[in-house]
Amino acid sequence: MQVRAVNISKRYVGIAALDDVSLTVQPGELVALLGPSGSGKTTLLRTIAGLEHPDSGTVYFNDRDLSDSRIQDRGVGFVFQHYALFKHMRVMDNIAFGLRARSKDKPKESEIKRRVLELLDLVQLSGLERRFPAQLSGGQRQRVALARALAIEPSVLLLDEPFGALDARVRKDLRRWLREIHDRTGHTTLFVTHDQEEALELADRVVVMNKGKIEQSATPDEIYDTPATPFVFSFIGESSVIPVQVGNGRATLDERLLDLDIGNLPDGPAQLYLRPEDVVMVTDGGPGIPGLVVSTRRIGGMRRVTIECGLARHRIEFDAPAEIPINNSQRLTIRVIGGRVYGAGAEGYETEKLAASATSDFKWAKAEGWLDR
Amino acid sequence: MSEAAATRQQRKVRQAIGEGPATRFVLLTIALAFLGLMLVAPLLVVFVEAFGRGLGVYFQALALPDTMAALQLTLLVAAIAVPANLVFGVAAAWLIAKFDFKGKSFLLTLIDLPFAVSPVVSGLIFVLLFGANSALGPWLEDNNIKILYAVPGIVIATIFITFPFIARELIPLMEQQGSSEEEAAVSLGASGWRTFFQVTLPNVKWGLLYGVLLCNARAMGEFGAVSVVSGHIRGVTNTLPLHIEILYNDNKAAAAFAVASLLAMLALVTLAVKTLLEARFAGEIAAQRRH
Repeated sequence: MQVRAVNISKRYVGIAALDDVSLTVQPGELVALLGPSGSGKTTLLRTIAGLEHPDSGTVYFNDRDLSDSRIQDRGVGFVFQHYALFKHMRVMDNIAFGLRARSKDKPKESEIKRRVLELLDLVQLSGLERRFPAQLSGGQRQRVALARALAIEPSVLLLDEPFGALDARVRKDLRRWLREIHDRTGHTTLFVTHDQEEALELADRVVVMNKGKIEQSATPDEIYDTPATPFVFSFIGESSVIPVQVGNGRATLDERLLDLDIGNLPDGPAQLYLRPEDVVMVTDGGPGIPGLVVSTRRIGGMRRVTIECGLARHRIEFDAPAEIPINNSQRLTIRVIGGRVYGAGAEGYETEKLAASATSDFKWAKAEGWLDR
Repeated sequence: MSEAAATRQQRKVRQAIGEGPATRFVLLTIALAFLGLMLVAPLLVVFVEAFGRGLGVYFQALALPDTMAALQLTLLVAAIAVPANLVFGVAAAWLIAKFDFKGKSFLLTLIDLPFAVSPVVSGLIFVLLFGANSALGPWLEDNNIKILYAVPGIVIATIFITFPFIARELIPLMEQQGSSEEEAAVSLGASGWRTFFQVTLPNVKWGLLYGVLLCNARAMGEFGAVSVVSGHIRGVTNTLPLHIEILYNDNKAAAAFAVASLLAMLALVTLAVKTLLEARFAGEIAAQRRH
């Protein structure tokens, strides 16, 4: 089943939760809606399900216009962040609920039982059919919720932060397992998450949302390698931002030329977005940007180094081999080998970390001798 | 860790957030003394006075025709008022907890009105509404409908007074549970009624039961509002509380206390049933809260 949301807008007390959003999910596709809280991703999912009514816009399943269709008739399997299992019913009655609620073609009780046991087997919970939800772990509950949603043979599977309430370890297991279930059942699936790692690992296609709009819709590789906007760049993965000047088709940082492809940006101020792997340390005395180490921390096999460069003390993070000793207040030289330049005016994802580091201090620069250089 | 060590650890934790033994003793004594003086002693007095002159006198007092009539009327009023408020209360709580609409807080305030207004005033409201001098009065008289100083008036006043009990019990419970189970049910294809009876109602059944018990206790015990609208016609419009007052004013203290013990026992039975149910289904209730 193909899912199409066309020009959906929705406002809550004056704030646009969805601002003219259009999205198409192809049959059998597994798509992630990714964004920070308040980006409208859950509202979009709930609108497709029929749990919310858009102020304008239309949802289609294949070519069927769902504007006047009740949620009961849409045939969506919806999985909630906090499971929403019926706590007074046993696992088997939870899963059978949708089948028993059918007004027409209601299967026989023996057929329902067979289906329930089959689904329990699919979600690897055989033997737990007589338990109550309170007697299950979080991961088990979410698997029951998925089995319950699959029981009605939905045309579309919608999951709202399905792993959000689980701890990191269970989350990773369930992620892999959901991918397997999807590959086996082939449902058109749309899930919401704020965890970029989850989105990149699980989905065929990632739709990044911000402030009620879609920033980019692409494969995980494209999202990571060629982020369309500064927001996508800074929301996906680690990033450092430094202002640069664009002129004559080249980008310069403090009048040092940077060897970067800048596309066809107009001359003037711009922003350079860097991932840790876009920066390397210069150890052979070659040209580069001098900086001062402000902190280092160990991340797996690498050492994540934060240095401050230039007059305005821009912070850049990069990874250095762990075996090279690097101390705080040490001077070193770096070279930019990658990264993306975005024109002025575009906004990135503001984390608290970025905001906290934006302190500039003239006295410091003078004491360190930056002004004399 | 051994069990003894675990207990010691627990005791330590408890002491860290509690007070010293002396303070605890004083606080406990004050609380118990207050309870004894204000609750237990009056209750004992009722029973002592009622049974003071022997069981024979006690049952004689209860068997008087007027007393039996009052008991019947009280049961009748409760049998109408409680189911009515069950429906109203569930509907109001459902509306307030599961939907957003303009004037919601106003509706909440309205539900509390019977608690805030003196019962006597509530009674007077109905006298003004249905009395001979009201706008409705002549019409009611022409059609030979008796509300005031008759059973319908008592029922209406009782419904008004006991309206908040069930709604008030359910609203916080339903609000805390949110709507996601209902959303899950409709997404699975369940109709609104099916969702209500199979999902919403089972989730609030304990709160609902408690609300019904409280509502029933008050419906049988209400004095002020009923007193205003009943007209105190012996054997016809006297409920148990009104009957107790009449007996007492007639210097029939023993009979008054005998009937009073009936009402008091009703309250005790209500509390006992509640406690029993809570103990019997403690596991299930806890499981529902935990989930």
